[in-house]
Amino acid sequence: MQLTNRSKKIDKREMTLAERLYIPAVTKGLAITISHFFRKKPTIQYPEQKRYLGPIFRGQHILKRDEQGRERCTACGLCAVACPAEAISMVSAERKKGEEHLYREEKYAAVYEVNQLRCIFCGLCEEACPKEAIYLQHDKFLPAFTERDEVIWGKDKLVENMDNRYLREGWK
Amino acid sequence: MNVNYIWYFLTFLTLVSAIMVVVVRNPIHSVLYLILTFFCISAHYVLLNAQFLAAVNVIVYAGAIMVLFLFVIMFLNLREYTAESKTNLVKLGAAVLGGVLLVIIVAALRSMQIEPLNKATYNSQVGMVESLGKVLFRDYLLPFELITVLFFVAMVGAVMLGKRETGERNF
Amino acid sequence: MDSTVFIVRSIIIFVIFGITLLIATYSTYAERKVAAFLQDRLGPNRAGPFGIWQPLADAVKMFTKEEFIPAQANKWLFIAGPCFAMLTALMASAVIPFGDTVQYEGQFIAVQGIDINIGILWIFGIVSLGVYGVMIGGWASNNKFSLLGAIRAASQNISYELAMGLSIIAILMMSGSLSLRDMVNQQATPFLGVSGLNWNIFYQPVGFIIFLTCAFAECNRTPFDLPECETELVGGYHTEYSSMKLGFYLFAEYINMFVSSAVISALYFGGFNFPGQAWVASLLPAGALGHNLLTSIGVVVFFGKIFFFIFFYMWVRWTLPRFRYDQLMNLGWKTLIPLAILNIVVTGAGLLFDFKPATWLIVIFVVVLAVISAAQPRKTMRPQQSTV
Repeated sequence: MQLTNRSKKIDKREMTLAERLYIPAVTKGLAITISHFFRKKPTIQYPEQKRYLGPIFRGQHILKRDEQGRERCTACGLCAVACPAEAISMVSAERKKGEEHLYREEKYAAVYEVNQLRCIFCGLCEEACPKEAIYLQHDKFLPAFTERDEVIWGKDKLVENMDNRYLREGWK
Repeated sequence: MNVNYIWYFLTFLTLVSAIMVVVVRNPIHSVLYLILTFFCISAHYVLLNAQFLAAVNVIVYAGAIMVLFLFVIMFLNLREYTAESKTNLVKLGAAVLGGVLLVIIVAALRSMQIEPLNKATYNSQVGMVESLGKVLFRDYLLPFELITVLFFVAMVGAVMLGKRETGERNF
Repeated sequence: MDSTVFIVRSIIIFVIFGITLLIATYSTYAERKVAAFLQDRLGPNRAGPFGIWQPLADAVKMFTKEEFIPAQANKWLFIAGPCFAMLTALMASAVIPFGDTVQYEGQFIAVQGIDINIGILWIFGIVSLGVYGVMIGGWASNNKFSLLGAIRAASQNISYELAMGLSIIAILMMSGSLSLRDMVNQQATPFLGVSGLNWNIFYQPVGFIIFLTCAFAECNRTPFDLPECETELVGGYHTEYSSMKLGFYLFAEYINMFVSSAVISALYFGGFNFPGQAWVASLLPAGALGHNLLTSIGVVVFFGKIFFFIFFYMWVRWTLPRFRYDQLMNLGWKTLIPLAILNIVVTGAGLLFDFKPATWLIVIFVVVLAVISAAQPRKTMRPQQSTV
């Protein structure tokens, strides 16, 4: 059976003298390698240059705000239920008077934590969310952590910064 | 620096390392001391302005033959080796043989006439490649060629000994 | 000895020593860069511009790593192994003629460590001793892989030394001298009015190929790096080595590479001679200044040749796969040595009949044979590899 037509048939007949001299073959090999020497290098200098990962890459989590800067999350818990790795936990609270500019709905997440060691970046929370509050950013990796207590990300790290909003292709 | 001091130092080193070849227990150390001895002898050749001999001594003896020695000894399992206790008779025999050899060497040296250095006829270039080649290929051509034949025969013999005979087990 | 000559001499020796070490240092960097470029990568480029300080970083790393001696190892020999390797590697560059003479206060001082009249034999002797460092280190490690590496190194070096020596003999017959300086000076004479056509490569193509192959084997470089192959012997003789003792072994390899490149360019490529030398000399002012300038140009040219061969070593390393051990021995004993002997005989016949480029006849003969055999249809199936 042949899967591709790239496989080469091995010639098992006796080698001719020209082949047994090795020198033509060695010269050919050297020519191949030296042609690679002058070829353009495809290396991307990672920390300085980053390549575009695509519109559907699932990176660092973000809790979106709406246009007025109010948190969209209502702490309904659907994301936590959907999460196959049980990485999400939250504590809900009721919006007080005078907090309307902070939270969009009457209920909000007082605590919203993602355990980044558990998260498998499947994106099911994103799909489960009815309020379009949680997203996995397509352009940002999760930074490496060196300490255990850096692992659980609270709202301080997750909620969107209004000065530097997260936008996806196709959004306004 | 006075050449004499170098000579004394070298001779001392040669003798010490030659004695160590016999004295040390570990065969590897023994071989290494032998290599050192060859080096010292090469250095003596250099002092005698025989650079070619010195280089050839290093290449052939220290560079090739001793490598083979080391090669073979490394293959031996040194841990199984225990110095078998020699009987007194063997020791006596060895002492007598060695003594006789020493007497012969001393006698030969005593009967030898070494001509004193004659500065008028002494040629400092006598140990150089050119003069050596002329002597070898002009005055001693026949012995030289005979030695090459001897080497050739020895080589063929070694190949014959080393060749596997039919039916012998392959490794 | 005259004191000025002594001072200039010692300066030359120190400079040669320093340059040898510097080139070996930067060969490690060049090796990584060349390897990367041949594999479509960029190589080290973080330490300084283009990673130029990488060797320094490596040195710091080597020195600060843990020094480890195995419990069952023979301690003194374990330490002596890398020292021997380094010592023998460094000694060889003493006789290489890096340039013509420097004129200083009316005296001509050769740009060379020592000009002994057995120069090439000196290099030979030192190179043949180089294997002791490997053998002692490999044995003293008390490790089976190290011992295997050491034994491979020993047998490989002895086998290829023979072919190497035989290939040089052809050159010795042509030059009639063992001194490297004399050999280089003989290649300087112009042929048909063009200097550079009298290089030994044009008279000894077969000898050059044999010598080059053997030089690869003597330096334990790919495709003959069986003593230290990572995939079979986990590093071979330096399996147990760490820290700067390992660094010494690796360093010695690069110094050997430098020395053998220098020997190749001196023996076959005219050393410090370059095409158009007479023309350049006529442009320069006469007297001491012009002479010294010409010498320095020659030194630069010589180093250019050396760098090319160091590059060639690396180029080959990243092109060819490793030989199998029986292939290595077959190539050495059954191909190179008979070929070298044939080369000597043909060269001798050529000298007798005053036809110096006689060894081209071997090349022509082999090429004709190869063409004929390629033209014929292949007859038999390749016989099954016997296990002998």
